[in-house]
Amino acid sequence: MRYLPKSQSERREMLDAIGAKSIEKLFETIPAKYRLNELLNLPGPLSEMEIIDYFKARAAENSRGFTSFLGAGVYQHVKSVVTDALVQRGEFLTSYTPYQAEISQGTLQAIFEFQTLMAQLTGQEVANASMYDGSTALTEAVLMAERLTRRHRVLVANTVHPEYRQVLATYAKHLGIQIEEFGFTASGQADLNSLRDASLSEAAAIVVQSPNFFGVLENLAPFAERAHATGALLVDCITEPVSLGIVKPPEEADIVALEAQSFGVPPSYGGPFVGVIAAREKFVRQMPGRLAGEALDAEGRRGFCLTLATREQHIRREKATSNICTNEALYALVVTIHLCLLGKEGLRELAGQNLSKARFAQEQLKKIPGVTLPFSGATFNEFVVEFPRPVTQVNQKLAAEKIIGPLALEKYYSGMANRGLVCITETMSRTEIERFTAALRKILAN
Amino acid sequence: MYPADFRYTKDHEWVQITGSVGTIGITDYAQHALGDVVFVELPKVGAKVKAGDVLGAVESVKAVSEVFSPVTGEVTEVNSDLSTAPEKINQDPHRSAWLAKIKIENASEASKLMDAKTYTEYVAEKEKEQTA
Amino acid sequence: MNQRTTDEMEAIGIKKARRHVSQNEGLIFDKSVRGKRGMELPPLDVPSVDPANALGAEFVRDGIEGFPEVSEIEVIRHFTRLSTWNYAIDLGMYPLGSCTMKYNPRVNEFVARLEGLATEHPLQPDEVSQGCLRIIHDLQKCLLEITGMDAASLEPVAGAQGELTGLLLIRAYLESKGNPRKKVLIPDSAHGTNPASVVIANYEVQNIKSNERGQIDIAHFREFVTEDVAALMITNPSTLGVYEENIAEIAEILHSRGALLYMDGANMNALAGVTRPGDFGVDVMHLNLHKTFSTPHGGGGPGAGPVTVKKILEPFLPVPVVTQTNGKFALDYNRPQSIGRVRAYCGNFGVLLRALAYTLAYGPGIRQTTEDAVLNANYIRKHLEDLYELPYNLPSMHEVVFSDARQRKHGVNTMDIAKRLIDYGFHPYTTAFPLIVPGALMIEPTESESREECDLFIEAMRSIATEAETNPEIVKTAPHATRVGRLDEVAAARRPILRWKPKQNQNAQKQVATHGEKAHIIPTA
Repeated sequence: MRYLPKSQSERREMLDAIGAKSIEKLFETIPAKYRLNELLNLPGPLSEMEIIDYFKARAAENSRGFTSFLGAGVYQHVKSVVTDALVQRGEFLTSYTPYQAEISQGTLQAIFEFQTLMAQLTGQEVANASMYDGSTALTEAVLMAERLTRRHRVLVANTVHPEYRQVLATYAKHLGIQIEEFGFTASGQADLNSLRDASLSEAAAIVVQSPNFFGVLENLAPFAERAHATGALLVDCITEPVSLGIVKPPEEADIVALEAQSFGVPPSYGGPFVGVIAAREKFVRQMPGRLAGEALDAEGRRGFCLTLATREQHIRREKATSNICTNEALYALVVTIHLCLLGKEGLRELAGQNLSKARFAQEQLKKIPGVTLPFSGATFNEFVVEFPRPVTQVNQKLAAEKIIGPLALEKYYSGMANRGLVCITETMSRTEIERFTAALRKILAN
Repeated sequence: MYPADFRYTKDHEWVQITGSVGTIGITDYAQHALGDVVFVELPKVGAKVKAGDVLGAVESVKAVSEVFSPVTGEVTEVNSDLSTAPEKINQDPHRSAWLAKIKIENASEASKLMDAKTYTEYVAEKEKEQTA
Repeated sequence: MNQRTTDEMEAIGIKKARRHVSQNEGLIFDKSVRGKRGMELPPLDVPSVDPANALGAEFVRDGIEGFPEVSEIEVIRHFTRLSTWNYAIDLGMYPLGSCTMKYNPRVNEFVARLEGLATEHPLQPDEVSQGCLRIIHDLQKCLLEITGMDAASLEPVAGAQGELTGLLLIRAYLESKGNPRKKVLIPDSAHGTNPASVVIANYEVQNIKSNERGQIDIAHFREFVTEDVAALMITNPSTLGVYEENIAEIAEILHSRGALLYMDGANMNALAGVTRPGDFGVDVMHLNLHKTFSTPHGGGGPGAGPVTVKKILEPFLPVPVVTQTNGKFALDYNRPQSIGRVRAYCGNFGVLLRALAYTLAYGPGIRQTTEDAVLNANYIRKHLEDLYELPYNLPSMHEVVFSDARQRKHGVNTMDIAKRLIDYGFHPYTTAFPLIVPGALMIEPTESESREECDLFIEAMRSIATEAETNPEIVKTAPHATRVGRLDEVAAARRPILRWKPKQNQNAQKQVATHGEKAHIIPTA
């Protein structure tokens, strides 16, 4: 077998060197009744070509040829082949967690650069080396706020991504954290005025998302003020960080939980992605996840090492800030390289293109009889549309045109059968936008 | 080595009583076992603690050790020097690297703890166990 | 770097291939010059919208201070140079115990990037996701066959998350029986994620001491399993690399008391194809796809920690579950007893895909990987047991644990030996774990190592054992042949510098020499 660097004669020689008659001897500590006498019933073995054929066949069974208008936390954005050329280098791809700093300086410096980029993006003071994804980063941010304030209630806007809230609920249930959701206003923004002082005084944090799940930008300053007035923290969640190319960063937030998939990470049917937690420096000892820090060796040479490890499971065990061990390092590297390529101007231009294309689409859609945009708040590259009939029905007709239409919001919000979430990024051509609006016009006219 | 006017706990904290105030720290044995101290977590002034409650924590690169209060009372002062210079705990654990001062409720509480002689013997036993 | 030491090593004939360690390379931010960029976008084909007009000037950002401004070639050079400072599986063995650092097959990377797989959105309709759903389904089937279980969730994205999921499943099951109970038993040899996960599941950790054979103390085990105990979390083989000889009996005792057996599958590389946890009484377990199933570590992740369970736990699995009806695959969200979601969407699909590619490459022959892994570990053990102390003289499976007891007599400990191993061209083994072995050397070669590589490793370890006696200083001050020496982690933790800052804020970071980097002389490898 091509992955096994041994010949039968070498196996024989090694067994002789050990003094074992056969390989079976080395498994005798397993009681005979549990030792398998037959090979497992598994498909294969396949040659490299056959493996590729299998997966190509699977690829053909998906959405090839369709144009998708889905966003909702996972975004199609421009990528560069330079990223893969670097990330596929064995020294990055096949390296281990950098516990042995002397021979992991490549990974460690890249992590340090990643931490810097995330802090710069979010306007926060420090950022960690990655969490699993945005949904678990948000969950961990809430747990962090709980540890910092020693309060066990959180006020979460229901304009935060529904699946993120579901993950938070799974974790919170067992940790005695009470989640109170609050709603949104006609503008589509989280409803600040619905927050009661009675709840706030016992809250660890207010949690909002910007741009929120409806694509609407939140004004964070009033939420921060309200939270801080009662000793609570403000946690801001960001699923579309390309917005940070033109939108003011959430400096008022105490903790930011972010999904960095937009920066060069393929959608890949939901993962792997890159979660990040960024926060004020004074909170760093309560921050979960790995952190790379600068250090000097005995001769004064600058290097990097994992630091503040006493927060983590391998030292603190049951008292750790989190149980996280494996993170998303390789994809954090993808994000780092991608952002270095895009750079300051590139990111600004990218964000600008997203805004322009989305606004263009909104203008075109508004012209279709029966289509409205129910929320008045300013949006970035996603927005909610309302049809005169259920989105699921419209989408069925759109599918015949090889279009994956807006995300039907009734999947997450009751009473929104006619509302859908549309995402337009820089990858959507004007032609495709016009084809979409033309198809929609035709469908709704019947 | 271990000041005669201090009292000591099994977890290697020391307390020095002056009137109704107890000054608390960790012993030389503790700092040696921890290694280079990188961070000290101090209690809040005004916090009320019972004997045996967690008062704070002392961290090295490889381990964290909780500090338990030897006495019951209210925290009146903490040693903020340790925030910028945690290494003081390694350098001078019995004097300038005190952690907190507590206004004690019950002065006789401390007399139940080990005196310097008993603690010295206790530590010697511990060291023997480790090299065994 | 120390030229003397390099010559010394050449003189005693160290044959292992070594890395370039030179090249001064600062941070990407230090290379930034205004106006440079590395990526260009196609021109806008719609009217341009002014952000200030669209959003209101007070919500618009000025531009990110300090964000990199470099060209494509500078990015290529920067990261290529950084990569040369890393060790990697592609270069040589990682003898890291319990990490299973095996070869990451390249075809896995190729298929993960296919158009039609890398491009799919997790919320797109099931009708246009049949290929993705079938991949998840097919992997599930393979994992169930390998572990001998009834149902699976591939949603957890790391071993630790798999552990938490498994514990939540146990809790949900016991709750459905009327009493979730309070404690989880954990052997003192367990990996740190185990107790950390228990706490997040809101159970109390009860540590149980291993016996003199480094195993669960079967003589007293019955006493430990009180009515308060929900489960035992066991790793098998244990972190000593030794098969838990009494595991079937342990399972019976737990079951007789209404408790469950959780197995941490990190050491599955010793069992795949040879025995099945479901057969010897395990109720729920997780697998580490980035260990046993070859998906790349990439410097720390991504991973995947799927759980496989016995039928009794199936109703509680996380949503969504992949179902198959009349040949059509779908995501089923209608699971009223589910513990909920542990992650948005359906998990690390890209990792699942790679694991399936690995499994398909072997088919039923996966047993050979286990046999070769165990063969390698025992071969190495045989050739080192005369020089290194074996704290538990029991048969090793895929990993062997020595201690530094003999070397400590010369003032050399496991960390020193590990650092010296770097000079010989290897990544260190796992040091100071498991906790029940003071000064542990935990060695797991995996099946990916040729006899040649094993021999080179043995040669290196034997040489270091000699050095510990004849020249301990060289071991204690290792490594000598790397870009930087041992770093002052104490100072790094006392005054952490966790990011780069623009020049005017650098006063606080003055202690770091950005100019003082010494040029390294490239050794002749």
